[in-house]
Amino acid sequence: MSKLFYMGAGVTHEEKRAWILGITAIASYAVYLAVILSRADGRPLAEVPYVAALLWTVGASIATTIVLSIIASIVSGDAGKKDQRDREIGRFGEYVGQSFVVIGAVAALLLAMAEAPHFWIANAVYLAFTLSAILGSIARIFAYRRGFQPW
Amino acid sequence: MVKPTRVTNSLRALRFANGQMTQAELATRLGVTRQTVIAIEQGRYSPSLEVAFQIAHVFGVPLEEVFQYPEESP
Repeated sequence: MSKLFYMGAGVTHEEKRAWILGITAIASYAVYLAVILSRADGRPLAEVPYVAALLWTVGASIATTIVLSIIASIVSGDAGKKDQRDREIGRFGEYVGQSFVVIGAVAALLLAMAEAPHFWIANAVYLAFTLSAILGSIARIFAYRRGFQPW
Repeated sequence: MVKPTRVTNSLRALRFANGQMTQAELATRLGVTRQTVIAIEQGRYSPSLEVAFQIAHVFGVPLEEVFQYPEESP
């Protein structure tokens, strides 16, 4: 187990980026949920103002990912070095994460057809994006740690 | 669980036979990261045919001396 969380010199820059993306996605969604639930205060969730909180957490998440990636590349001194294996694992992660984007789109479509409140449509899409980022990152980390055969 | 590859390799032995070439040195010559060389050596990653030939060229041996594909036992 401890091997799975090893972060020393044997870890590529791209793997560190996968960790950063996954953890930032979890943290930003947790912050967003905490803000929304604290604002609810007994009233129905669909009536809670969510737009500003959503945009701020998405923006902060993107900014944090960029800053942490830059810091990680400065610390390890291997800025932007990406080889064939990194590219293949990156594509694999995208492919795995893609399923949740489709699920989110279908959920949003069904909610719109059912004339559900905008709150639920927006949140279904946001949750799907978050799960896509988390699942894609986990897939990439496992590919780096446990092995990856492109065939 | 990741399906293990049947491809085996002699990278480690070849590195030692070639002046104890380090993984970092081989990685530089191939234009890949050291972690990729480690992953190939441990059978955790199958490189492209392109990289496989480049490895063989670095050691000056035919491809079959670097990578082997043992017959499946009946």
